[in-house]
Amino acid sequence: MTAASRLSEQGYTYAYLDEQTKRMIRRALLKAVAIPGYQVPFGSREMPMPYGWGTGGVQVTAAIIGPSDVLKVIDQGADDTTNAVSIRKFFAATAEVATTTATERASIVQTRHRVPETPLQEGQILVLQVPIPEPLRWLEARESETRKMHALEEYGVMHVSLYEDLARFGRIAKTYDYPVLVEGRYLMRPSPIPKFDNPKLDKSPALMLFGAGRERRIYALPPYTRVESLAFEDHPFEVETWEQCCALCGATDSFLDEVIMDDRGGRMFTCSDTDYCNQRQAAQGKPNPDTLGGKA
Amino acid sequence: MYVAVKGGEKAIDNAHAWLKALRRGDPSVPDLGLEQIGQQLALAVDRVMTEGSLYDRDLAALAIKQARGDLIEAIFLLRAYRTTLPRFGVSEPLDTARMSLKRRISATFKDLPGGQLLGPTFDYTHRLLDFTLAAEGEMPAPAPESEPQDEGPVPRVADLLGDQGLIERSAADSGEAAAEAPVSDITRDSLRLPAERDLRLQMLARGDEGFLLALAYSTQRGYGNNHPFAGEIRCGQVAVAFTPEELGFEIEIGEIEVTECQMVNQFAGSDEAPPQFTRGYGLSFGQSERKAMSMALVDRALRAAELGEESSAPANDAEFVLYHCDNVQATGFTEHLKLPHYVDFQSELTLLRRLRAEFFAKRTQAEEKEAAE
Repeated sequence: MTAASRLSEQGYTYAYLDEQTKRMIRRALLKAVAIPGYQVPFGSREMPMPYGWGTGGVQVTAAIIGPSDVLKVIDQGADDTTNAVSIRKFFAATAEVATTTATERASIVQTRHRVPETPLQEGQILVLQVPIPEPLRWLEARESETRKMHALEEYGVMHVSLYEDLARFGRIAKTYDYPVLVEGRYLMRPSPIPKFDNPKLDKSPALMLFGAGRERRIYALPPYTRVESLAFEDHPFEVETWEQCCALCGATDSFLDEVIMDDRGGRMFTCSDTDYCNQRQAAQGKPNPDTLGGKA
Repeated sequence: MYVAVKGGEKAIDNAHAWLKALRRGDPSVPDLGLEQIGQQLALAVDRVMTEGSLYDRDLAALAIKQARGDLIEAIFLLRAYRTTLPRFGVSEPLDTARMSLKRRISATFKDLPGGQLLGPTFDYTHRLLDFTLAAEGEMPAPAPESEPQDEGPVPRVADLLGDQGLIERSAADSGEAAAEAPVSDITRDSLRLPAERDLRLQMLARGDEGFLLALAYSTQRGYGNNHPFAGEIRCGQVAVAFTPEELGFEIEIGEIEVTECQMVNQFAGSDEAPPQFTRGYGLSFGQSERKAMSMALVDRALRAAELGEESSAPANDAEFVLYHCDNVQATGFTEHLKLPHYVDFQSELTLLRRLRAEFFAKRTQAEEKEAAE
C-alpha cells in the first residue's frame, strides 16, 4: 500500500488542500499573472510542513497540479536534499503524480534557491518557494509602508542601498535575492536564488510562480516577461564566476557548490544542479544515478 | 566524499523511525493514554486547543502525545489538521454571562453579585514539590462540595460598570449594526493593516502565550503603561449556539470551557469622550488564565492610538505584535535556518573571497609603495 491510498482513505482531498482553498489560490495566481511582479495577498493555510519550509510553493503546486503532471522538486539545485525529498514524497502521496529528476521531463518544477541550469521550455511551470517576498523589507520593516512604496513606484531607497555598496566595497554586495524590476514597473524579489540565476528569469518561455506561505503572498512572471536586474550604467550587473570547473562533469557554465574534503583546506567544486551534472556525466559515459521516474 | 548530500530519502525514513521509537520510549514503561493526557495534563491540552484554534480535547491530547510533549509542535499538528476541516459558518456570540462557573474572581470589587468563586487554581498554593506524587501518588481526598447556588446568570463586572456609564461600551453592545457586521476570519484571509479589533483579537487568541505574556509584562513595566485592573476573570462551561441557514433559528450545538478576562483600564477622556474606564479583552479555551490575561493587556495596549494615547511602546505596535505573535509561523521560519543554504552561502563566500583578495592586494600595494619611498 502506498502512502497515497492511506491519505485518501483518511479523508484528505486530492493534493491535500480542499477545493475551495485551491480555487482561492488559483484566483490569486490569475491576478498575479495579470500584474507581473505584483505581490497578491492570499489566504495562506497551515500546511503539514512548517512555515518557512516551502509552504507557499507547496500551496501553489497543490493548486495547479493534476494527475497527468510530472513533478520535479529541488532544493539548492539538488533533487536529493532532505526537504526536496520530503516535498516530493508529499505530492507523490497526496496528488498521485509521477516524479522525475530530469528538468526537461517535468511539467512542474518546484524549487528552493535555484533555477535549473537546463533551460526551461514553453509549457513548463517553475514554482519558487519564497521566504520573504518584499524586496524593500530590509530597507523598510513595515508592510503598511512598503505597499505604499510599490503603489507609488518609490524605489529610490533600493538604488541608494546598491550605491552605498559601491561606495563601501567598490561593487554591489548583494549576492542572492538580487532585486529585479519586472516589465519596468514592479520591484521584485526573485526569492533567494543566487544572482547567477537572475538572467534565467528574463524572457523565460516558462511560467514562473512565486509562493510565500508565511507572508501570505503570491506573485508571478508570465512567459516572456522582461526581468531586469538592477544595476548602474558604469557598474553593469554581473554574475558569480569560478576559477574551477565542476569536479564531476567538468562544466564551466553552471553554479558550483564548494564541498570541503578534509580539515586541511582540501575542497572540490561540483554542480549545484544535480540533474544537469548527472546528465553531463552520463553523456561522458559515467553511470547515471537517476533513480526516480515513474510513480513514486 | 560527495555521498554526504546523497541518500536524503533513506536518511529521512531512518530518522523518523528513530523518532517514533524514542517517542514511545522504554517499552517496559506503560504507554501514555490519551485519556491520561486529557485528564492529568489538562492545562497543556487547553493551551494546545487555544493556540491550535480547535476545540477538541482528544485531538489535542493526541497531538501532545505525538509531539512528545513539545506544545508548539502539538499546536502545529492541530493547526495542520484544522485546515483540512470544512467550515460551516460562524456561531452566535457566546453569552459568557450565562456561563456555568468554575471560577470567577474580580480584583476591583470586594464583593459583587454572584460572589467571588476561587475555583481550582494554583493561586495561593505554596510551590513546594509534592513528593507524594512521585511515590505513585495516593488518591487525593475528595474536594469538599457545597450546594449549588441559584442557577441564574452571574452578571459580568464590565456590564455592572457599563450600566452606570463608567466603562466604554464594547462594539457588540453599541448597536445592531456592529453586532451584524460580518466577522473577519484570520484563518481564511491574509492580514491587512490597519487591522480592526475583531482581526486583532483573533490573532491574539491564537498567539503564543509566552510572547503575549512578555508583551503584557512590558506594558506593566513602563513600555506602554495603561493602568490595568483585573475587572473580572471567569472560567467555566458556556453553550455554543449556531443558526443553520436552512433552519433560520438558533440551535445549541454543545458546550465548551473557556476562560474570559476583562481588564478595566484608566482613561482620562478627551474632547469628544467623557472620562471613563476602557476595556481590554481576553478569551481562551479551557483554563488558560495566564493567556487570557496577557491577551487582554495586549488588546488594550493595541488600542492606545485609537484612544489618543501615546503609542510608541512595542506592545502598542499592531504590525509588530500581530506579525510576530503566531508561534507556528515563528517556529517554522526560525527553524528553517536548519535547511540547507549551500547556494546562498556559496554566493556569499565567493563575494567575501573577492573582497578579501582586493583588500590584501591594496595593502600589499601600499606597503610596496611605502618601501619604495
